[in-house]
Amino acid sequence: MTSTYLPDKRAGRDAGPPAPAARRDRARARRRTLNWLTATGFQLPALVLFMGLVLLPMLFALYAAFFRWGGFGMPSDYVGGENFTRLFQDDVFLGDLWRCLVLVVLSLALQLPFALAMAVLLNQRMRGRAVYRMLFFAPYVLSEAITGVLFGMIFAPDDGFADQVLGGIGLDGLGGEWFADPSTVMATLFLVMTWKYFGFHMMLYLAGLQAVPRELTEAALIDGAGPWQRFRNVTLPLLAPTLRISVFLSVIGAIQLFDLVWVTTAGGPDHHSETMAVTMFQYGFKRYQVGYASAISVVMFAISLVFALAYQRFVLRRDLEGATTTMRGDGK
Amino acid sequence: MGDPALSRRGFLAGSAAAGLGMTALTACGGDSDGGSSGTTTIEWWNISTTEPTKGVWAALARKFEAQNPKVKVKIVQLENDAYKAKMTALTSSGKLPDIFHTWGGGVLRQQVDAGLVEDLTDRTKPWGDALLPVAREPYLLDDRVYGIPFDIGMIGFWYNKALFQKAGISAPPTTWSGFLDAVRKLKSAQITPLALAGKEKWPGMYYWAYLAMRTAGAGALQKAYEDKDFTGAPFLEAGEHLEELVALKPFQKGFLGAAYSTPTGQAATVGNGRAAMELMGQWAPVVQADAGKGLGKDLGFFPFPAVEGGRGAITEVFGGGGGHALRRGAPQAAVDFLKFFASEATDRELVKKTGVLPVVPAAESALADPNIKAVQQQLKQATGFQLYLDQAYAPAVGQEVNDSVAALIAGSKSPGQVAQSITRTAKEEQ
Repeated sequence: MTSTYLPDKRAGRDAGPPAPAARRDRARARRRTLNWLTATGFQLPALVLFMGLVLLPMLFALYAAFFRWGGFGMPSDYVGGENFTRLFQDDVFLGDLWRCLVLVVLSLALQLPFALAMAVLLNQRMRGRAVYRMLFFAPYVLSEAITGVLFGMIFAPDDGFADQVLGGIGLDGLGGEWFADPSTVMATLFLVMTWKYFGFHMMLYLAGLQAVPRELTEAALIDGAGPWQRFRNVTLPLLAPTLRISVFLSVIGAIQLFDLVWVTTAGGPDHHSETMAVTMFQYGFKRYQVGYASAISVVMFAISLVFALAYQRFVLRRDLEGATTTMRGDGK
Repeated sequence: MGDPALSRRGFLAGSAAAGLGMTALTACGGDSDGGSSGTTTIEWWNISTTEPTKGVWAALARKFEAQNPKVKVKIVQLENDAYKAKMTALTSSGKLPDIFHTWGGGVLRQQVDAGLVEDLTDRTKPWGDALLPVAREPYLLDDRVYGIPFDIGMIGFWYNKALFQKAGISAPPTTWSGFLDAVRKLKSAQITPLALAGKEKWPGMYYWAYLAMRTAGAGALQKAYEDKDFTGAPFLEAGEHLEELVALKPFQKGFLGAAYSTPTGQAATVGNGRAAMELMGQWAPVVQADAGKGLGKDLGFFPFPAVEGGRGAITEVFGGGGGHALRRGAPQAAVDFLKFFASEATDRELVKKTGVLPVVPAAESALADPNIKAVQQQLKQATGFQLYLDQAYAPAVGQEVNDSVAALIAGSKSPGQVAQSITRTAKEEQ
């Protein structure tokens, strides 16, 4: 928002010392005030909305997290850090953290490599490439609620599409209770998540792959590099900025996962697929323990914030500096 | 994940819509008895947003207006969950509508304690006292009348007579051990004995609540809530009895992930003849036929069996209904409307057209369905009554009951742990 006014500021600074006529100075000052007013005028609606709908509710949630509060009237029963101590003794919440970690690890270890493989595959010249790209990307466009209802039916024990197909090809043994079994629910959930999101990451990678200069690959080819070496030493380093962004989005998505879980399992069976956001919803909107729910949301926010800041500071720093071809350490 | 700009825009639009909705609602809450031209306007808040009830109720309001030319009835309808949220906000603001929907129990008590609800004890004599006793129960607080019912129902077992016959069960069981025997017989006949919506948790709670009523007696659940102590021996026994049932693996495949009213849910499983029983309220036949095929003549009803050695009787009922209460200081016209709504003529119309159970004993002859008649019979003979726990208890305690009973059924909590976690939550809610 402020960047628009940088040229003006610089002009002011540059032209500072010589300034012969006081009148010109005054005119400039007036113009600057005017500019400032205009800027404020333009920013005001956005600022008011941002304050009212994002900042204030966030601060209020932080405030409410220190109260025992049913959600109506103003919080009055101050309990200090009790909500937070209770939170970290709550098996369900600790389980949420663990499941969040599991999802992050699975996403990074399976979902993203799969998306990358598909992207590399679909970056080649082949018949029907556009159709495949569209097909794989389509699930991402679907809403999470619809995805949830859809897979709820597909994975219905016995009657569902999954069990019917497996039974039809004589693999009944592989069928099961999917979402209904505590031991398979997370795997099933991850399967659905992958179905829904790998296409999005694949698209990111495809865009990144298009930016890899053909000359470099050709040069490597002439130097006698095999396909794996070309991928490992040319494509992958050049794709690194895209990978880093995709990892970032994937982790933040896992931390905030809600819709899909709520529609398919509501966190069950017996909390085995519950996420932080689901627990927060349960306490905030079902039990009306809004103070405690606020504490959960504060912790969720803190985890996201710490991750985002650390990731930007240590991982994305190079990308934020600019040039996509800067691969220090490799180059020298 | 998702496009941040898009989701933010969606959020903005959503908040704007919500804001507008709120404004509209607040506007409705304004003037009620502005009798400038001698007419009184009474506001009637209800949750009948679906047909046929919506239309029938509106027609009844017009009929009342025709009989009372100086009264206007303004209907405000809100969907169930929105109504609950709005009423909580109104309660804390201190002003309720003239006539409003209530389920009685803990929520009504909160409103009464806040001094917001009209005491109807004297103003509804004698017609109010003539209504079905069990239907009046949820609105009686300290022997004072705070609401007038228009519907009543109960939870019980809905069973498939054909499947019972196939398994060689001659009559519905009346004792818990007889019930377990029936489950075993069904199992050995390769029939799934029970359908349960494990994903939704509340249907599982019915088992525990009924077992606790049978072991500890009808008043015990309310008393335990007031004493904030669910650790008594009868409650542990109730958990153990439920464990006995769970140990027989009586539920359909994948019940932990099953919903209630979806095409693969609890009601459909019974309605399609793939499980022999479900523990559900008087609405069960309608949902079975809606989500599944429905059982028609094969459908039967029997009350939750008695537990041997328990303090409760088989005639004690777990259920609830719907009623209306008045804000404190509501005009006489509102009381007249309640009387009109609880009249035999109105009740007959409600029973015939909207499928509720009669609260006026004389309207009973309007009942046609044999199963609903059976439910009505049970209710008439009821010797004790416990309101649905989520209405009798504060929301957090009700949810904790659902949650820990679900854990018991899934095998991750013992009866003792169930008793302890409910007690802990009850104590947290001051």
